[in-house]
Amino acid sequence: MSTIYDHGAPGRRAVALPELGQAEEELLARFPPSLRRREGPRLPEVSQPELVRHYTALSRMNYGVDTGFYPLGSCTMKHNPKLHEDLARHPGFTELHPLLPAEECQGALALLWEMGECLKGIAGMPGITLQPAAGAHGELTGMLLLKRWLEDRGELGVRTKILLPDSAHGTNPASAAMAGFSVVSLPSDRRGMVDLAALEGALGPDVAGIMLTVPNTLGIFEEDILTITQLVHEAGGLCYFDGANLNAYLGRARPGDMGADVFHINLHKTFSTPHGGGGPGAGPVTVSEALLPYLPVPDIVREDGKYRLVWDRPKSIGRVHPYFGNTLVIAKALAYILTLGDEGLREASAGAVLAANYLKAKLKGTYRVPYDRLAKHEFVLSGEGLGDGVRTLDIAKRLMDYGFHPPTVYFPLIVKEALMIEPTETEPREVLDAFAEAMLRIAAEARDHPELLRDAPHTTPVRRLDEARAVREPWLRLGGGCVG
Amino acid sequence: MNPYLPHTAEDVRAMLDAMGIPDVEALFSDIPAAVRERYRPVGLPPRDELAVQRRLIGLAEDSTGRRLIPFLGGGLYDHYIPPVVGHVLSRSELSTAYTPYQAELSQGTLTWMFEYQTMICELTGMEVANASMYDGATALAEAVLMAHRTTGGKVVLVPRSLLPHLRAVLATYAWGAGLSLHEVPYGEDGRLALGRVPDGTCALVVSQPNGFGILEDLTGLKDCLGRAFLIAYANPIPLAVVEPPGSFGADVVVGEGQPLGNPVSFGGPLLGFLATRMAYLRRMPGRVSGRTQDREGKAGYVMTFQTREQHIRREGATSNICTNSALCALAATVYLAALGPAGLRRVALLAYERAHALADRIAALPGYGMEFSGPFFHEFAVRCVDPHGAVAKLRRAGIAVLPPSFLHPLGIEDGLLVAVTEKRTEEELDRFVAALEG
Repeated sequence: MSTIYDHGAPGRRAVALPELGQAEEELLARFPPSLRRREGPRLPEVSQPELVRHYTALSRMNYGVDTGFYPLGSCTMKHNPKLHEDLARHPGFTELHPLLPAEECQGALALLWEMGECLKGIAGMPGITLQPAAGAHGELTGMLLLKRWLEDRGELGVRTKILLPDSAHGTNPASAAMAGFSVVSLPSDRRGMVDLAALEGALGPDVAGIMLTVPNTLGIFEEDILTITQLVHEAGGLCYFDGANLNAYLGRARPGDMGADVFHINLHKTFSTPHGGGGPGAGPVTVSEALLPYLPVPDIVREDGKYRLVWDRPKSIGRVHPYFGNTLVIAKALAYILTLGDEGLREASAGAVLAANYLKAKLKGTYRVPYDRLAKHEFVLSGEGLGDGVRTLDIAKRLMDYGFHPPTVYFPLIVKEALMIEPTETEPREVLDAFAEAMLRIAAEARDHPELLRDAPHTTPVRRLDEARAVREPWLRLGGGCVG
Repeated sequence: MNPYLPHTAEDVRAMLDAMGIPDVEALFSDIPAAVRERYRPVGLPPRDELAVQRRLIGLAEDSTGRRLIPFLGGGLYDHYIPPVVGHVLSRSELSTAYTPYQAELSQGTLTWMFEYQTMICELTGMEVANASMYDGATALAEAVLMAHRTTGGKVVLVPRSLLPHLRAVLATYAWGAGLSLHEVPYGEDGRLALGRVPDGTCALVVSQPNGFGILEDLTGLKDCLGRAFLIAYANPIPLAVVEPPGSFGADVVVGEGQPLGNPVSFGGPLLGFLATRMAYLRRMPGRVSGRTQDREGKAGYVMTFQTREQHIRREGATSNICTNSALCALAATVYLAALGPAGLRRVALLAYERAHALADRIAALPGYGMEFSGPFFHEFAVRCVDPHGAVAKLRRAGIAVLPPSFLHPLGIEDGLLVAVTEKRTEEELDRFVAALEG
């Protein structure tokens, strides 16, 4: 696999830049000697065609939603509408500096304010911050809001624990820990839901709150959600809702009506913005009445059709983002919400849940469904017992040979050999059928030709990669002080 | 109507029939009735593409600031972005992919991540870099948390000259982790004036250049710190010609990567970069791509050292970060590859040359001078009698500088911060000077 460093030759360049007024040496001579760089950074030297061909070649070794079906559970890989890309590239957004006075940025502030109103409505909650740059960043923001709330009530250091179902995303405990909380794991019951008896046993004067994912990572709606939030509130704690799975009930239920005090929303999941190969996303956070005073500053308010920034929030946790949040991502998500309207949002969750249940029905005779209930937007299968030594990883890799991106694997942790499948609403029925067909054929192969799975993938640019070697012999860059 | 929903009425019927479920609403019977009954719509009608386009473009055009000539910095800079960057980014196999969990389908992403890590190490003079953080501010905060976890110290030394919004984000994270920030003053030259390092210090933060645009001398700083980390917050453009923090023993180098091929974007998305020493690899937050081999001995890349990360280590993880700023990091990679070493040096020196030309002319005007004597790169603090009046004059000439209040938290009441990049022309510099003279 070549890198860009394998191309080009000394002296080549891909861009024509303006000339300096003075000679380089003259300018550099003005530098204090201690500051002048002795050895320049080693960067590629390539012509523009070499550059374009290299990255085009890389793109062809990649798989995105635009390539094909991407049923990665908990990631909501729905179609990314192309209109939004063009709109977010408008220089009125991209070239606007965030430190300009508010009166020079009325359009951008209006965009953010309007998004805030939409998301508050969708969540059914009265307060919002758009600052968090990703879901986990929203989680941390939420945990810091809880911390400030405790501090304000004189309970900091008393309520130190966050309860977490054992099916939670890994970011949840990591975020709680970053805010200084300790984590108590709650077992799931036989239904795959929070065990109410265990919850009651865990609640007490040392509990700050609970972090819940609704529906949970098994794709199951917490049917006792009102009881859970009531119990936590009665015990003096608050309820954090992880919104990674909002696509399951968009336009038909609201966290604010379920007892949520904090709720983060992944715009790069539910609201269709592309994931960029890992980011950027956006993780706005909505809050209940109790947490309004602690929201990050500045707040954006609208008065007489004008937008201004409000800094006067003495109890605020402060800033979590250096500016206002990921404006361009927010612009794309707002375009999505405005296109769909209430009815379209409701149809999105209907389509997502329909697709998930349809696929589950097609697969459940062949694959074990450890918690077989009505699915929401995703469902979890187990790859156990399919054939001689065949593991879920093998199924995932074999799916690549059939042209599909694999589902999320080995998560949630409470299911052995888990396959977490989230089809989303944007896939035609033929694609769902083709995927189901591939899964069924793979199950048959596991029985009759297990080596086909264990040797998979066969059709990708590289075969299965040696992850242990990557750790044993770390090779994390070209040149320099590392191996290689 | 949802235009992104492909299911026809026949599809829906067939899918429901296959499951033996009467209607779509039955799929939501597990949501408690009390919750469903409380639901209220937002009040949004559906809109066609043309209407959405009009609305968003209207908003984009409503900001008067976009028509001003920017002499704006304060952490984000208006550099030239070669169109080739945008064209690579629009390859949707790259832009519509998720985090590269499945390496065999993600060699494109993993390869450019490896290239990016290499380039960031080269710029900063460090040994290993991660595949990006959200932005420079949170990268700085995470570097401080790294220092705290490594050394156990709870005191963070922060320069008074640090950009105010960086300090604000750092303060929020530090409070969350139970750390306290101690301020390090600056001298008459505007540079860091480090005094005694208190016991229990986990890190000294130094900004290169600092919030006044002044280049710090990092010589000897690491020797004053004992076990505490030297964390440098660096602008990557000057690093083309300025000795990198890695040469001065920095333990972590972080910064805002926006100047590398990313627009200012009203403050987001941005690009945090983070680089450190191999000794701290297992304490580093974020994704890392590593080269390995496939079963046939062919070179390939995987996400590696994942046991540091939240999805494996949960509450014991080095950070909660999951989604990062990948596409902005790709922009930086393509930008650096397009410019090459000579192009990056050119951009840096053009900014340097034009900033100094402008500073010399402003300082020669009656009532104006430089706030500090220290060496600056492409941003500088101007002292003036009436900063608000100066901003108003510039505004009338169609020029934007940061409001004078930006420098207040740094202890400067009578100053203006002016940034110049290679995009500012001779004519625009003339216009700037003429506006102040007027």
